[in-house]
Amino acid sequence: MFSYYLKLAWKSILRNPVLSSLMVLALGLGIGAFMTTYTVYYLMSGDPIPHKSDVLYALQLDNWDPNSPPTESQRDVQPQITYRDAEYLMHADTPATRQAAMYRTSVTVQPESADEPPFDGTTRATYHTFFTMFDVPFLYGEPWRMTEDDGRERVVVLSRKMNDQLFAGENSLGRNVRMNDALFRVVGVLDDWQVTPRFYQVDGGNVFADAEDFYIPMSTGVEMVIQPHGNVNCWLAPEGGGLDAFLRSECVWIQFWAELSTPEEAVAYKAFLDNFVRSQKEIGRYPRPLNTFISPVMEWMAINEVVSTDNRVLVRVAFLFLLVCILNTVGLLLAKFLGKGPEVALRRAMGASKNAVFSQNLVEVCSIGVMGGVVGILLAWMGLQLIDKLYRGYQNLVHLDGAMLSAALLVAVLSSIVAGIYPVWRVARLAPAGYLKTQ
Amino acid sequence: MLKMTNISKVYRTDLIETHALRDLNLQVEEGEFVAVTGPSGSGKTTFLNIAGLLEKPSGGVYELDGVDVSRLSDRDAAHIRNQKVGFIFQSFNLIPDLNLFDNVDVPLRYRGWSAKKRKAAIEEMLELVGLASRKTYLPSQLSGGQQQRVAIARALAGAPRFLLADEPTGNLDSLMARQVMELLESINAQGTTIVMVTHDQELARRARRNIQVLDGQVSDLDSVYQAKVDRIAKAGAAHV
Repeated sequence: MFSYYLKLAWKSILRNPVLSSLMVLALGLGIGAFMTTYTVYYLMSGDPIPHKSDVLYALQLDNWDPNSPPTESQRDVQPQITYRDAEYLMHADTPATRQAAMYRTSVTVQPESADEPPFDGTTRATYHTFFTMFDVPFLYGEPWRMTEDDGRERVVVLSRKMNDQLFAGENSLGRNVRMNDALFRVVGVLDDWQVTPRFYQVDGGNVFADAEDFYIPMSTGVEMVIQPHGNVNCWLAPEGGGLDAFLRSECVWIQFWAELSTPEEAVAYKAFLDNFVRSQKEIGRYPRPLNTFISPVMEWMAINEVVSTDNRVLVRVAFLFLLVCILNTVGLLLAKFLGKGPEVALRRAMGASKNAVFSQNLVEVCSIGVMGGVVGILLAWMGLQLIDKLYRGYQNLVHLDGAMLSAALLVAVLSSIVAGIYPVWRVARLAPAGYLKTQ
Repeated sequence: MLKMTNISKVYRTDLIETHALRDLNLQVEEGEFVAVTGPSGSGKTTFLNIAGLLEKPSGGVYELDGVDVSRLSDRDAAHIRNQKVGFIFQSFNLIPDLNLFDNVDVPLRYRGWSAKKRKAAIEEMLELVGLASRKTYLPSQLSGGQQQRVAIARALAGAPRFLLADEPTGNLDSLMARQVMELLESINAQGTTIVMVTHDQELARRARRNIQVLDGQVSDLDSVYQAKVDRIAKAGAAHV
């Protein structure tokens, strides 16, 4: 009967094209507005690394001004740590499976051809463990090794996009890229890789922007004085001038992540950090009470409010708009379906039960919903394109993936059912006798 | 076939209570062609609606094929309507945007028949009413008489044993009315029981039995029936 109901639905929709179009448009507008805002929200709040997000932890060590207000929540603790602490932890024998210190920076790339002007390349200075820890896929080569971290080697891993730009997509392993007046040897080229949001860099910069194009050892970046482009916060001015003073200072500018494979490992790692801070207190550092935190990815994004309150409000407003559209559709459907009284009465006389009439009209309502969904998806796509045009750096938030397309259709069908259930129920309960005589 | 005992139907609103049928008693045997006449508002249509299980009586017992159908659930009533009852209406009640084939298909869709079986039944019925060549036409492309023939084909497609006709010729001119009446008579001759509500006394006289509904009750049944018997007897005597 389903195909028969579909055929009848199509005929009924065509019978009154203006009214049908209004219903489809009303649903489409509501779904378009809701899906536009919800897509942005969904991509902002989604798990960027679902298979590992519960074993990757960000570190917070409360090494701040003792005269600042007391720490009331984890949000009050700096999200970055000092270079000296990062260096210690990277070389200490910790219970962690892996650790990676990192900072965001930029390099000036000087192409081989004199015709091409130099340009700035977004860069992450980190340790070789970054790639394994975050499951970064390689197209060519592999991460540099620990010896290259320790030896401050001038090696670089390129993004696929940058390899396309500099080497026309060829296997560039062993070739050199001139950056900041130094030659860096290509040891790896990433395959397409984008985590949205970039959970490993929530402090400073756009967390929804593309992943970096260049990856170099942090030790090399520091040695070449390639300065951080993220936040650098100091509660105590460096003692003396120069790079060494800055590196020895209490300024926080390094993001630090640890892979803790089991809950036991996490407990042991937290204890290790607490002991480390206590030992530092003995030499006059860490003047505030002991506050060390380790946070898995999703918790880390919540603490740092990656999804702003404005976004949540916007999704709610769009949902209310969808409800208004549904309410309008209820009125239109009621008008349409009550006009079907004579046909319903005839079908009832011919042997259709109330359930059969209900099902037939429900299929029609769902068909309108699917059409509204398609219009809604089109409008959502246009809305997302508009966001992309109006705001830079949100390109990773403005695409409808398979899940969102399915969700849009599901929302459309559910909306149409919500809108249509009362009109469909009413029409199924019409007393047929009254209509048969008066046709 | 059909037996109504003390059937009553009361319509109630906040202000008024209308007794459409009062203690109506009627029995129709298998194969009969019964004409139901009566003035407007006498309860003919209410009687037809109850007979076709489109409404439930307020009181009394209605038996169809020996089964009490007075208090059936909606689902069961729909099933019996589909299996046993065919309807013919004064205004044809064809669905305007379905072609003739699909219009005749309507009751069969609720039968659960295969597409092949439905197609065969539809084509046979359209052949019977002389419209097989126009099965792809829309109702609006036909005359009133042709539309009523389609409605008859639709009523007969599922081979019901019981046909209810509500003023089947009310919207037709006399020529077309006669053709439709002849069609109904031939259907009855093949064994289908027909109950026809009509205002038209001439048509009523062509039925094998006449009953009159007056103020919600069957009346004059014997006298009308007897008069007809007498008329036939007199005609027979004249021939002799």
